[in-house]
Amino acid sequence: MNVPTMAEMMAQGKQPEVLFWVGAAGSYDDRAKKISRAFVKILHAANVNFAVLGTEESSTGDAAKRAGNEFLFQMQAIMNIEVLNGYEIKKIVTCDPHSFNTLKNEYPELGGKYEVYHHTQFIQNLIAEGRLKIDKNTLQGKRVTFHDPCYLGRANEVYESPRDLIRRLGVNLTEMKRNKRTALCCGAGGAQMFKDAEPGDKEVNVLRTEDALETQPEIIATGCPYCNTMMTDGIKFKEKEAEVKVQDIAELIAKANNLL
Amino acid sequence: MQYLPNIIFAIALIAGIGFFVINIRKLTRNIKLGKNINRTDNKPERWKNMIKIALGQSKMVRRPFSGLLHLIVYVGFIIINIEVLEIIVDGLLGTHRIFQGFLGDAFYGFLIGTFEILAALVFIAVILFWTRRNVANIKRFLSREMKGWPKNDGNFILYFEMVLMTLFLIMNASDTAFQQAGIGNPISQFIAPLFDGFSPETLHIIERTAWWIHILGILVFLNYLYYSKHLHILLAFPNTFFANLNPKGQFNNLASVTKEVKLMMDPDADPYATPAEGEEEAVPEKFGASEVTDLNWVQLLNAYTCTECGRCTSACPANLTGKKLSPRKIMMDTRDRLEEVGRNIDANGGTFKDDGKQLLNDYIQPEELWACTSCNACVEECPVNIDPLSIIMDMRRYLVMEKSAAPQELNAMMTNIENNGAPWQYNQQDRLNWAKED
Repeated sequence: MNVPTMAEMMAQGKQPEVLFWVGAAGSYDDRAKKISRAFVKILHAANVNFAVLGTEESSTGDAAKRAGNEFLFQMQAIMNIEVLNGYEIKKIVTCDPHSFNTLKNEYPELGGKYEVYHHTQFIQNLIAEGRLKIDKNTLQGKRVTFHDPCYLGRANEVYESPRDLIRRLGVNLTEMKRNKRTALCCGAGGAQMFKDAEPGDKEVNVLRTEDALETQPEIIATGCPYCNTMMTDGIKFKEKEAEVKVQDIAELIAKANNLL
Repeated sequence: MQYLPNIIFAIALIAGIGFFVINIRKLTRNIKLGKNINRTDNKPERWKNMIKIALGQSKMVRRPFSGLLHLIVYVGFIIINIEVLEIIVDGLLGTHRIFQGFLGDAFYGFLIGTFEILAALVFIAVILFWTRRNVANIKRFLSREMKGWPKNDGNFILYFEMVLMTLFLIMNASDTAFQQAGIGNPISQFIAPLFDGFSPETLHIIERTAWWIHILGILVFLNYLYYSKHLHILLAFPNTFFANLNPKGQFNNLASVTKEVKLMMDPDADPYATPAEGEEEAVPEKFGASEVTDLNWVQLLNAYTCTECGRCTSACPANLTGKKLSPRKIMMDTRDRLEEVGRNIDANGGTFKDDGKQLLNDYIQPEELWACTSCNACVEECPVNIDPLSIIMDMRRYLVMEKSAAPQELNAMMTNIENNGAPWQYNQQDRLNWAKED
């Protein structure tokens, strides 16, 4: 798979249209890596001239910031901003709502001002510009429910772009009882992904999976690698892996267009 | 002697309002104990929010049943102030229904008639509210933090409103001249027959008693506000005005940290340089918050505005799954501690004397703070734009940056970010491996 880096682009004297910010999960997590690859296939299919930072990318510092470590966050931010500004990056796309939020909202004050897109917004633009079409036939009629990531939804009020893409798949989109601004967290945000939960009656991801299962979906669509992991774990906990798949919207589109 | 009622009325009014003003000044002083934060930018947007959310109740009606009930009580409260105005003028001048004269029978009748209908609706709404709180077993009214005073406070307010509405209707029903005029008595005309056969003197005494208890009740209620969650009827307005306008996911970047980080990462910085003139004495700022005085004044205003409705808590994923965190409790604890600090200042002649307590640990436990997923559900739900998450985050910052007291796994995660640029222990040189697999 051809994934050019900024360093390579620079060597050829080229500037890509957009930087794909892969994020730590998208780079290292086995499940999330598939989302990164699916998105790259979509970018290729739409002839998008993009690049990644590769080994020059580092954690945005989101998890550190939400854990309360403002020092570590700002060190990461300032290092990343130096790299991004060095390459004169203007436009960034990412599959990770946490990176999206941090780059879009928290970096500008520290000197990093970019146009930042969540991949669902970016793909929506590609469709609007006529650069990409989604094949309605492959997933036609499947029952799909969408889990809103907090850092895309409530945090940045992006509710429509993922839904718009899902509808274009020709599937039957159902809403959970808690959706959009009332959506329940998957349980991973605020650095919870990296620690055990405090004592309680239940894990948050199990409760959220129950919300999803109430809609009797064949597919739970996600737009966040962490939500994906949490929902996948929830489905395993409920022993529903055979009936229900958890997939990122990028994976669904890549699958619909036979790119995988 | 004939002016005695007027004089008593004036004294009651001055005492009632005066005591209220004293408490409001105390409240303002307490809020100003918070750190400074600029929330006066983008005024048009702020006015818009206040009009939409506080005046227009737009977030209240998201839950239609309690929203509708609240709307009735709210409209009743706003409009009945016109009636209270008449009572005050009558009380001071010794007149009776002075507005009837210059508003004309038709308009006056329409106004009072509206109040009567609202009073009856408020009475019904308040009974339904009481039933929800005490009989219906609604989870958010049964939480740990709702035991004792918070529960009683909620009920006292409802009893107060029941009594005030009843007195208003009795006052109208026993006013013979008013009933005979037959204007503006759509509800009280059905109460009036209860007084059939009473002598005019007795009726007059009933009318006067209801009138007096009604207005004295309002003055007592006014002064009850400060001690109660009912303070929200006033503070909802400034609170929505000064609320955060940034995207909810955007957390503030601590400026004190930026300064240090930039210095740390500047290769030309001299770590042994003597500080600039005047900076030597500067006490290094505390990172994060462990006490109410570490919070900013908007967070403290939030605490006074909280009406303990628990919509935040009922939407909190941590709370829904049985964890100790309740965003409502965070706000209640902040107010309780702030009140305690205020009383301490009053008792010690204007300065705070260390009482060996603070907001963290004595009120809010780290376990509560660490259960938060920072999902913003609480912030989204609050009908008056309170931000419990900002307090949780500031306290986490204190735990991590001042006390190094993060849970062990988070320390490991942070070490990984420091060393490998990712929360997991992978080599940064492997960051592009995903593109080569498949």
